Parts: sequence; structure tokens; C-alpha cells
Amino acid sequence: MSAHATSYRDALREAHREALRRDPRVFLMGEDVGKYGGSYAVTKGFFEEFGPERIRDTPLSELAFVGTGIGAALGGLRPIVEIMTVNFSLLALDQIVNTAATVRHMSGGQFSVPVVIRMASGAGRQLAAQHSHSLEVWYAHIPGIRVLAPATIADARGMLWPALEDPDPVVMFEHAQLYNLEGELSEAAPVVDIERAAVRRAGKDLTIVTYGGSLPRVNEAAAALAGQGVEAEVIDLRVLRPLDWDTLVASLRKTHRVLVVDEGWRTCSLAAEIMAGLAERAFFELDAPPARVCSEEVPIPYAKHLEDAALPMPPKIVAGALALAGRQA
Amino acid sequence: MIAFRLPSLGADMDKGTLLEWLVRPGDAVKKGDVVAIVDTTKAAIDVECWHDGVVDTLLLEPGTEIPVGTLMAVLRESGETAEQVKAQLAALRASEQATVAAPAPVPAAPPAALPAEGARAAVSPAARKRAAELQIDVAAVRGTGPGGAITLADVEAVAQAKPAPAGRADAMRQTIAAAMSRSKREIPHYYLGEDVPLTAATAYLAEQNAGRSVTERLLLAPLLVQAVARALQRYPELNGFFRDGAFVAGTGIHIGVAVAVRTGGLIAPALIDVPRKDLQTLNRELLDLVQRARAASLKASELAEPTITVTNLGDRGVRSVFPIIYPPQVAIVGFGRVVEVPWVFDGVVRATPLVTASLGADHRVSDGHRGALFLATVRDLLQRPDELARPSDGP
Repeated sequence: MSAHATSYRDALREAHREALRRDPRVFLMGEDVGKYGGSYAVTKGFFEEFGPERIRDTPLSELAFVGTGIGAALGGLRPIVEIMTVNFSLLALDQIVNTAATVRHMSGGQFSVPVVIRMASGAGRQLAAQHSHSLEVWYAHIPGIRVLAPATIADARGMLWPALEDPDPVVMFEHAQLYNLEGELSEAAPVVDIERAAVRRAGKDLTIVTYGGSLPRVNEAAAALAGQGVEAEVIDLRVLRPLDWDTLVASLRKTHRVLVVDEGWRTCSLAAEIMAGLAERAFFELDAPPARVCSEEVPIPYAKHLEDAALPMPPKIVAGALALAGRQA
Repeated sequence: MIAFRLPSLGADMDKGTLLEWLVRPGDAVKKGDVVAIVDTTKAAIDVECWHDGVVDTLLLEPGTEIPVGTLMAVLRESGETAEQVKAQLAALRASEQATVAAPAPVPAAPPAALPAEGARAAVSPAARKRAAELQIDVAAVRGTGPGGAITLADVEAVAQAKPAPAGRADAMRQTIAAAMSRSKREIPHYYLGEDVPLTAATAYLAEQNAGRSVTERLLLAPLLVQAVARALQRYPELNGFFRDGAFVAGTGIHIGVAVAVRTGGLIAPALIDVPRKDLQTLNRELLDLVQRARAASLKASELAEPTITVTNLGDRGVRSVFPIIYPPQVAIVGFGRVVEVPWVFDGVVRATPLVTASLGADHRVSDGHRGALFLATVRDLLQRPDELARPSDGP
């Protein structure tokens, strides 16, 4: 199959369909994933196609169904657990942090938990403070799990299968604003890794590091910057844990300046970790203090203009980049 | 307002690169103070300011290459306020923009403020590392980053402004080639030579040096230079410049002394106002000048102002030299090696120390007759060394 137009949502759906067909141990569970077709319609049509044994609607208890998924993984299955948003995943933190992430260690390597837990995250759809947060860093903090943030259609299509093949728990974040992202997919099933960050745009003047839903905003900002003669290199982290420091350091060696764009709040953010890690690894490459554009430190507002003001939107990214490059905004 | 512009540091100079400012805004400057170091193709030159004032604004960053005449800084005269200077500078720039098709490159924004005295200069880690690699002292680098921080680009700029020694030798060769080609292309030289007995001069120096330590001894060279200077007082048409089709007499007698530079090439900085100096002073100044020319630390006025050049082959030379004029000067005097020859005095042959003096002169300005009288005067003056040793108060 040659290049074809698709969307992030359709690419994810195709990835799930492939996984369900390839491996009979794979099944899917979560709130409204079956008859309703998923809160973000990722699993639309699956209930009819694969039946109630493999597409399981669950009660409204993240603690219970995430725990069930972990148990199923321990028992030899390959569950995909969908949580409606990262905000609700906090109810399952005990299962993920205290159980899934620790079993390999506490059993001396006798057991592993090959579960994939997917969830939507991020703001921008006027869903207010309880449905809009970006808490990726809460999971990226935890040893024992791998954290993914597909930000492109190719990654949406390609990351699920290697995540299922990982013998340890994988948490995958799908930014709610990306589902409607449309574009070309060059191959039916692109092979992608879940190890490396990706350089999405090459540049020499500064490095902008981002992930997930901020990637389209950073790309927009980078295009605007190019118009002003500033060439930004854009790095999509893709994997939030473990971080791919080699790619980050290589870029910094080229540009000597780094701006991190992170929809999380700045205090104790992933941006903070990137800045600290680069200062540790490549201090003598820095030609300016590392900088970041993050969300304002407020619960994400409902009102559209306030929500936009709280988020790292392209004008803020452009201003941050120009200041870092030593140029007037 | 005093406008400080890049002076011409020699007839062959049309541009220079600012290496370093030695003053900062707010510094008081006295006439003759060295305010900047400018790199030319020949050497890094200390540039003086010829007005009293207070530095208001430095308009150029080190590393900038600029044409001669470019406005480099403005100074406040006594009683002037910063606002007045600002207004005058704006007016000056407006008029220059209006009259000059291609204005000199000056940065639009004033340079970032230097960090306060005693504060640690902000240097980015990458800039500090690069400066160490390039052996550049970051204290000499001017920062353009946030808050005046020194960035990688600032260090690279200084590195580029500092050409490698090999590059300087090449550049000097090119400069000499250009000047000498121009001389031989444009100037109709005539040449004269005269043997000058130095019995009196050597006897005088021996007497003077009898009680002196080696380092304080008077040399022959300053006596030769002084003889040329005193002769020029009588033949002023050999002292000056040929500019725009006419001779312009020099103001004062400033004698350029050709100094061979160890890395190759030649430089001819000036001894200023030679006739007004006694021999001991001239001796000291000449030694100092040669030393500084070889160390490439000359002052702008010393390079810009020679009104004639003397080339002295010295002990390791040969009998005579046919010197080529350094444009736009109009004459050059050469001295060969001092040799002892049989010489007839009053019908008696005596062993006599002798030097051959030669003159290369611009026939557009003077004729051989006047040139011969000048050279004969040099010869005669050298027979009365005690007169040469005293300062002259003549013209």
C-alpha cells in the first residue's frame, strides 16, 4: 500500500486492529471502549469486529480495571488498557506505581508485567481543569515503566506494537488535540522504535525540545522563526522515559542553545529535567542559559481565551526562542 | 561633541580593524591618550585621541573592520551634557546618511553596558571553553549577549580579528608591494650620492661614550638622523608630501626610520620633531622606537606622520643604498655601512671612517641641484657633531 491520507485517530485504530489480529493474547479494556467505540473513537467498530471477549467495557473504576489489566499481563495476556484522561489515571496510580512498575524488581525478575496503558492528556478543547492536565512527568518519574508520547501519525501507527512487545509496563500518552491531526502516512505500517528522540526539523541557531501535543505548535513557531532568520532545530522526545540524551546532547553541540516547550507546569516539569540533564552532560556547550516555555501554574481554565493564555502557544514559543537566540522579539 | 574617527595610520591604509577599546564610557581622556588598539595590515597600533574630553559612547565593537574616517566614538567636551551629545550625534548621523551613499557600518544600537567594576563578567560556558582553546583572554572580549554576557560568537569575532602571525607577514608583504609599486609607477626618482668622512663624528661619540655604560652609549644612527633633520630645515621642499598633484610641506620634521621586522618586512615609524631634540633624547627615542616597532606596539601618530624616511643599512649592510621613496613622501635618505678607507686630508692620506649617504627624491617636487645642496649640507653638518647634539630652535 502506498502513501495515503489518514488521521492520528485512524492510525491509532489501525495499530490496534493490527495488534488484535496478530496476537490472540492482545485484548482491550476500558471505559466505553466497546459499544460506545471509545471516548475519542479510537476503538470504533472493534466491538462488532472482535467481540466482547477482546473488547471489554469496564465499570467506572480505574483502580479496578487497571489492576485487572496488570493481573492479566502477569497471567500471560497482552492487555491494552485505555484510561479516558490522565486526570482519571491518578485513581490507578497505586496499581501502576506500586504494582506494575515494581513487580519485576520485587520478584527478582521472575515476573514481568507486559501491559500497555493508554490515556489522553492535555488541554485545548475547553474541557476544564479536571480533563485537561499534562501529567506525563508523574509517570516519567517512575523507574520500571516506559513512557511514550506519539506526536505524529507515523508514531501513532507504529508505537503500539513495539510497546506490546516490551516485557515491562508501557504508558502511552495521546494528546487530545492530536486525534484530529491529518496527514499522509507513507507506508501502511511504519516500523518505529520506542527508544530514540527524533529531529523533526534541522536548524543551527537553537534547539527546541518538545513532545506530544506541543509538537505542532513548535513546528508552527519554527516556521515563523525561519521567516525571521532564526533556524530552530526541533526535537520530538517521543520517549519520555528513558530519555534519549544522545540525541539531545548532539543537537546542543550543534546549536549551543536550548529551549524546552512543555505543556506541563514548569515547576518539577519534564522541561526541568531536560534542562538539568543537559547542564550536567553538556554544560560547556551552552552559550546561553537553558530556557523553557511551559503552562502557566494554574489549573487549566475553561474559558477559551484563558485556556489559550495558560498554554505554551506559538507566539510564546517564538518570543522565547528569539530571546534565547539574542534577538529582539 | 568631539567625533573620534579612525585616523589614517599611513598613506597605504584605507581600513582597519578595531581590536580593543582602552577606554569606557565615562572615562576622562586627555589629549594624546591612547584610547584604542587598531589592527592594520602592518601592525596593531595604539590610536591616540587628540582632544580633551569625556568618553560618551563607543560606537563600534572590537572585531569590526572599518574604513578610514569612520566615526568610532563620541566624547563630551567640558560643560556638555549627554543629552546634547546625543542630539548632536543624531544630527551628525543624519547628515552623513544624507551625503554618503554607502554609510560606514555602525551598529544601530549602542553597545551593551559593561558589567559593573568588580563584577564577574558573564561568560557563557561554551564561550569560556572556546576562548581557552583559542588562548583568548575573555577579559578582552566584549559581550553582546543578554546583560552584556560574552557568547561564543563574541569569542569567534575576536579570534577572527586576530590574524595569525603568518597572515600578518603576508599582509605586510602585500602592503609593501602596493606602496613600492605605486612609488616606482608614479614617482620620477632621481638619485644622488656622497661620501661623508666621519672622523669628527666618531671622535665625538668616542669622547661622549668614554664614561658611559654600554646601555647608555650614544650611537651613530641618531647623529645621522639629526644631520638629515637639520639639513631639511634649509631645504624644506624635501620634507613633506605630494598630494593631489602638488607638494604639501610637512608641518614639523618627523623622520621615519625604516626598521626591518624579524618576521619579514619593513615598517617606518616616525621620530617626532627631530630638530628640537638633543642627541641623548634622540638616541633614547630611536632605541625605543626600534624596539616597539619590532614588538608591534606603535602609536598611531608615529605611523601616520613621517615627512621623510631615513634608511640606515648599518654594520651588516653594504657601502651604498639607492632608496625608493615611500609615497606620498617626496624624499628618502640612505646611509650605507661605515667603512675605513684611505682619504686625503690637506694633502695627507689618512685612514678615515666613511659612510656613503644617498638621496632618492621626487623630481616633480625638487631638482638635482637642490638635492645635491641638501646632501652636501648633511655631509657638512656631520663634521660638526657637537652642534648636532644640541637641540635646535630653528624652523
